[in-house]
Amino acid sequence: MSIWEHANPVRFMRLSGRVLPWAWGVAAALIGTGLIWGFFGTPDDYRMGSTVKIIYLHVPSAFVAINAWFMMLVCSLIWLVRRHHVSALAARAAAPVGLVMTVVGLVTGAIWGQPMWGTWWVWDPRLTSFLVLALFYLGYVALWSAVEDPDAAADLTSVLCLVGSVFAVLSRYAVLFWNQGLHQGASLSMDAEENVADVFWLPLVACLAGFVALFVALVLLRTRTHLMERRARALVLRARMA
Amino acid sequence: MRRVFARDLALAVRAGGGFGLALAFFAVVAVLTPFAVGPDPALLARIAPGVLWLGALLACLLSLDRVFALDAEDGSLDLMATAPVPLEGVCAAKAAAHWVVTGLPLALAAPALGLLLNLPGQGMGVLAASLALGTPALSAIGAFGAAITVGLRRGGLLLSLLVLPLYVPTLIFGAEAAGRAARGAAWETPLLLLAGVTLGAVALLPFAAAAALRVNLR
Repeated sequence: MSIWEHANPVRFMRLSGRVLPWAWGVAAALIGTGLIWGFFGTPDDYRMGSTVKIIYLHVPSAFVAINAWFMMLVCSLIWLVRRHHVSALAARAAAPVGLVMTVVGLVTGAIWGQPMWGTWWVWDPRLTSFLVLALFYLGYVALWSAVEDPDAAADLTSVLCLVGSVFAVLSRYAVLFWNQGLHQGASLSMDAEENVADVFWLPLVACLAGFVALFVALVLLRTRTHLMERRARALVLRARMA
Repeated sequence: MRRVFARDLALAVRAGGGFGLALAFFAVVAVLTPFAVGPDPALLARIAPGVLWLGALLACLLSLDRVFALDAEDGSLDLMATAPVPLEGVCAAKAAAHWVVTGLPLALAAPALGLLLNLPGQGMGVLAASLALGTPALSAIGAFGAAITVGLRRGGLLLSLLVLPLYVPTLIFGAEAAGRAARGAAWETPLLLLAGVTLGAVALLPFAAAAALRVNLR
């Protein structure tokens, strides 16, 4: 039993059909708990007041936005090397989700930044690299919809994803060089000495896990849709041939 | 490879359009800037490096769709793909030709336009050097974008959408080097980083461009 067996679309459909309701359930439960706990169960920050609570949307969406691109990179590599259609379609399905998460991260950040920093937007390295990431997502999605032949589209977007990953990382460090930031440094890493206080940490982890589950559910749903679309197209073509 | 390079150069120079057009666009951007932001010399001196870099970037972008599109239309691209030359080499040669036609004249003309924008004299040399070092990366990245969009009917807009985010690191380092030199600060670090970006792009992107071309010619 290897993971590659699920590259077979029929098997993938069977498995994903079984997993999908669970993913939705877990996502709803975790996000619901995390948000309610976060909004009503945690105290206001002594300097930031109640605005600190936007963290429960801001951090998970940003987390998913970055890791969605990473997943697309892995899927693109699998497509280029092993030519599994499910992989290419999963990368395609993840892109709009990642784009929306990037936008949610940017918008919630702006709403948070306005009362705290006194401005909706600054050209801070983190903010800027997120904006660049959004542009990469836009280009990727646009390329998928511009190429008609599905296999050519999968190939071209995969190559774009590889090149884009290199340049996204490059931009990330280039903007660090270019401007100093207002955004705080990493405050959730496992090895940092100073992290978010425990009261905020637990509901935040619930929200993070919930957003990951939500991402899995959305990507599975969209991949299934793309697979069905492709099967429908094949059936139409076969009917026309007959 | 050398033949492809010479052929592209000859086409660009003789057939008109390509050569000089990017340069003219670059000049227009530089001339229009004072009308947009006002003639204050101090302000112009401060924004000159950035404006010139942005103008160079857009001038490069304008001429990108010509890299592969004409050859794809008349079928010579198929011949190049089946020729014994590796397609990666063809891509590199075409990017190099694009650079000689657009990037190099821009770098040479930049000090003159810097004069128009009141760029301090100490920044002239570094501005030209940063453009000369950075525009090969713009051409290589652009050739990759052009290779991806060569088969599409409305490729032009998509090409800019794909290529602009890829241009970010080059623009940052290039404009930073030129800007620091104009302010009299140390400019060596961004210039070296810019050279690094260029070397990486020139070395690796022809492979990606060739891969994209093979898909499009399938």
